Amino acid sequence: MALLDVTEMTQCFGGLCAVSEFSVALEPGQLVALIGPNGAGKTTVFNLISGFYKPTRGEIYFKGESIKGLKPHEVTARGIARTFQNIRLWFEMTVLDNIRIAQHHALGYGIFDCFLRTPRYMRRERDIEDHAMEVLERLGLREMANEQPRNLPYGVQRLVEIARALSIKPALLMLDEPAAGLNSADVDGLIKLIGDIHKDFGLTIWMIEHQMDVVMSLCSWIKVVDFGATIAEGSPTDIQNNPDVIKAYLGDDTI
Amino acid sequence: MKRLTVPALLALALGVLLWVCMNGVLNAYWQSVLMFMGINIILASSLNIINGNMGEFSCGHAGFMAVGAYVSSLLSVACFTKSATFGGPLFSPDLAVWLFPVVLLAGALAAAVVGLLVAIPSFKTRGDYLAIITIAASYIVKSTIENIPLIGGARGFMGMGGVMNAMTATANVPWIMIWVFVGTVFSVWLIRRFIYSTFGKGVDAICQDEVAAEIMSVNTDRVKLVAFMVSCGLAGLAGGLFAHILGYVNPGTFTILKSTEIMVMVYLGGMGSLSGSVIAAIAMTLLIEYLRDAFGFINSFLHFVSVIPDSYEVTQVWKWVLIPLLLVLLMQFRPEGIMGRRELADVFPGLRKFYKFKG
Repeated sequence: MALLDVTEMTQCFGGLCAVSEFSVALEPGQLVALIGPNGAGKTTVFNLISGFYKPTRGEIYFKGESIKGLKPHEVTARGIARTFQNIRLWFEMTVLDNIRIAQHHALGYGIFDCFLRTPRYMRRERDIEDHAMEVLERLGLREMANEQPRNLPYGVQRLVEIARALSIKPALLMLDEPAAGLNSADVDGLIKLIGDIHKDFGLTIWMIEHQMDVVMSLCSWIKVVDFGATIAEGSPTDIQNNPDVIKAYLGDDTI
Repeated sequence: MKRLTVPALLALALGVLLWVCMNGVLNAYWQSVLMFMGINIILASSLNIINGNMGEFSCGHAGFMAVGAYVSSLLSVACFTKSATFGGPLFSPDLAVWLFPVVLLAGALAAAVVGLLVAIPSFKTRGDYLAIITIAASYIVKSTIENIPLIGGARGFMGMGGVMNAMTATANVPWIMIWVFVGTVFSVWLIRRFIYSTFGKGVDAICQDEVAAEIMSVNTDRVKLVAFMVSCGLAGLAGGLFAHILGYVNPGTFTILKSTEIMVMVYLGGMGSLSGSVIAAIAMTLLIEYLRDAFGFINSFLHFVSVIPDSYEVTQVWKWVLIPLLLVLLMQFRPEGIMGRRELADVFPGLRKFYKFKG
């Protein structure tokens, strides 16, 4: 059974359809890319799945259950974590707090536990902190735990955002242009990191990416969209030679 | 050792406070200033949760204070004294000492429930709209009270002095001073525990990036409602104490001017800084009391140099020119307030030696 099964998902804003009849089936453990020219509707696909918008038509199944119409925090609690194209950390809190807050789905205590500091509260807070430090350790960010993200370099902010998404222990990780704005050394590090976490955590990863070296070296399957519709899908070599894809990126050669 | 520093200091402070009150070292005027200081600390630090930590804009704090003031006053008068409105006491007045905190908490709870009723529709909107809705809510509370003759209507409600007398009859100590002190410490303690928990940090996350908070599994609707209820509940607690200090309440007290006063304290202290709110509440209380005298001097001085006509007196009303002016100047020259987003321990790291601040 597919982990994520999207069938004929369509999202129209007024007369304009940002996404039309988008279908995808992600098997557990896959590492898939979603590419396409600017404005093709890639981020809208992510926004629809993570619950920002409710699709006009179509179905979204995750682990066999429909997640269409759920609120974003409910979707996340079911195991879909994501990052953003433009980094959206809480910049004026420590890195550690950024990770801690992402544990709201598994808080395990209520407001009165919090006032009374019940044993349950103390235990959960300790577990949350330990878990956060573990995740930071894994991504080599342990020393930055008490820094505020706004004081960190851009590349490290990207890593913190990935750490925050990973700390949710998702089954599906959606990365929205993880390599955007990184220099080539950082990109190499990122490729290695994504490959490693994919293997170590047994995650299914779905990423939107413009940098072809990232896509080609990591992904086993690529889906290409343009104007909200899927125009091609297949293995990296198929996609590189697909005339429709070349047309979408470079334009038609007939004048 | 570190754990005990603050409790020990607080116990010492309460002891000194009781001693100076009972030996007449501190006259009744300064006692009341100290009590209003406590009330203002509760009000400012509780409003700080919404206007500071959450970054929303609520201007109706006085309305929730009114709910707490009336509910706890009505309950305490009905339970412990003989009054024209409710007849004889429901319980023996001897019990007033023990049941008074219950009455205060009932007022706080009522204010929290009213807060919930306001929050459910209003958090669908944001920014200016929330400000308008909260102002409207505070006026609804005020007009409702004004139009119930049974509880005194616009004239106000009195009789809480009798409750205080019932308590002093049991043991002759300044009870209201003790309760204000305990209430203030309780509120700050509660807020601190709330905002430092992972749950409460969700409030800051909403302020800094609500979309990221929702995506990162924070149930933003729930966190906002809980934060709003905590804030309104504590305003209700402050209202209950306030009513029992004065011995009478009047709906005219809980206008937008009162809300403004609390807001000035929050912005003066620094949005999102608990210690800032406490410091600003103390400073503002002293300032307002100082102005009470200062207006007398200013009045006679201006008459002396004949700047204003003899028929015009510079009165307390000018407080309401100076406080908004202070807000304007603050926004212009130091928008981050006294403390910014920092806490006392960030400004004076040496304090960490004596107490574990975070956590």
